[in-house]
Amino acid sequence: MQPEADPGFAAAFAPGLLDPAREVPSAVAGLNGKPAGRRYDVYRNNVTVSLVDALAAIYPAVQRITGTDFFRAMARVHVRSTPPTSPLLFDYGRNFPDFVETYQHARDLPWLGDVARIERAWLDAYHAADAPPLSPAQLSAIAPDQLSHLVFLPHPAAQIVLSQYSAVTIFAANRDSAPAARIDASAPEDALITRPGFDVAVRHLPPGGAVFAAYLMCGQTLGAAAANAFFASAEFDIAANIAGLIDAGAFTSIAFGDAE
Amino acid sequence: MSAKHAITTLALAGAISTALATLAAAAPLTKAEAEAAVAAKKEKCFGVALKGQNDCAAGPGTTCQGTSTVDFQGNAWKFVQGGTCTSIDLPGGKKGSLKPV
Repeated sequence: MQPEADPGFAAAFAPGLLDPAREVPSAVAGLNGKPAGRRYDVYRNNVTVSLVDALAAIYPAVQRITGTDFFRAMARVHVRSTPPTSPLLFDYGRNFPDFVETYQHARDLPWLGDVARIERAWLDAYHAADAPPLSPAQLSAIAPDQLSHLVFLPHPAAQIVLSQYSAVTIFAANRDSAPAARIDASAPEDALITRPGFDVAVRHLPPGGAVFAAYLMCGQTLGAAAANAFFASAEFDIAANIAGLIDAGAFTSIAFGDAE
Repeated sequence: MSAKHAITTLALAGAISTALATLAAAAPLTKAEAEAAVAAKKEKCFGVALKGQNDCAAGPGTTCQGTSTVDFQGNAWKFVQGGTCTSIDLPGGKKGSLKPV
């Protein structure tokens, strides 16, 4: 038996679900019009719990860092201020890293938002389209004088997360159940997230590496990317970065961009 | 063609051949040797690699758990010491901490 779809009923029923200050909709009533507030609360609870659970499933390292009670309280604030816009639950919580970064009770953990960004990128890489990564043999076929014009097509799963803090180390230590070791949060760590096969990998990029990878991933030529990476860091090592990016599966193929 | 561009081309050619040699070096080794070499190289030149635990990792909406937790009621909550945040040091020597409400 399918109840008839009534947009008016949904419009009255839904707003109170994430707002405990609102009264129970008048249409929600028991026999003889008896108020059924506690029954409505079951819906309220299920909506809140499932969205908080969704955030906990997407951001397990953040939860381990803050502890479950703090996480669930923080997540509940976010759920109420930012309800889902898509019915796809794994897509929920895209604004959570920005929220965490400004959440007043977590201000002493300024690296927490970046850890959350890596976790979001991890799940997006997990769900990205499959694609075989670039084989080094394709690169070896390019004539040396053509190299600077080369462009690299990014792999659908490849992403970069920048951090002024040790976000990769903190992420890695807390996606694991191993006992917490002391971590110095002050070393800047940019992350490269890839999924060349079935497994998502998170790597810490060397100095200049994030600039280099970002330029290549947005379609700039190898020459332009290398020049900008050197400008960003004098320590930038082209060979190590090219080898690292190819080994990580950051690209699917190469092509020639416009001549400089 | 400018002198700067010529140097860049030469540097790029050298870098690419070094990169290709690095990538090819692991090929003739056994799987275990290759993995060890790759792990050592990543540690040294390209940061730490971490493979995620992919079991049950597809995210929310992929399992069908019940909602036994009651999360709706709580508005006021007390700070509960928990989590690993106190093991993470901040610049300036402070330890991370969460503010009680």
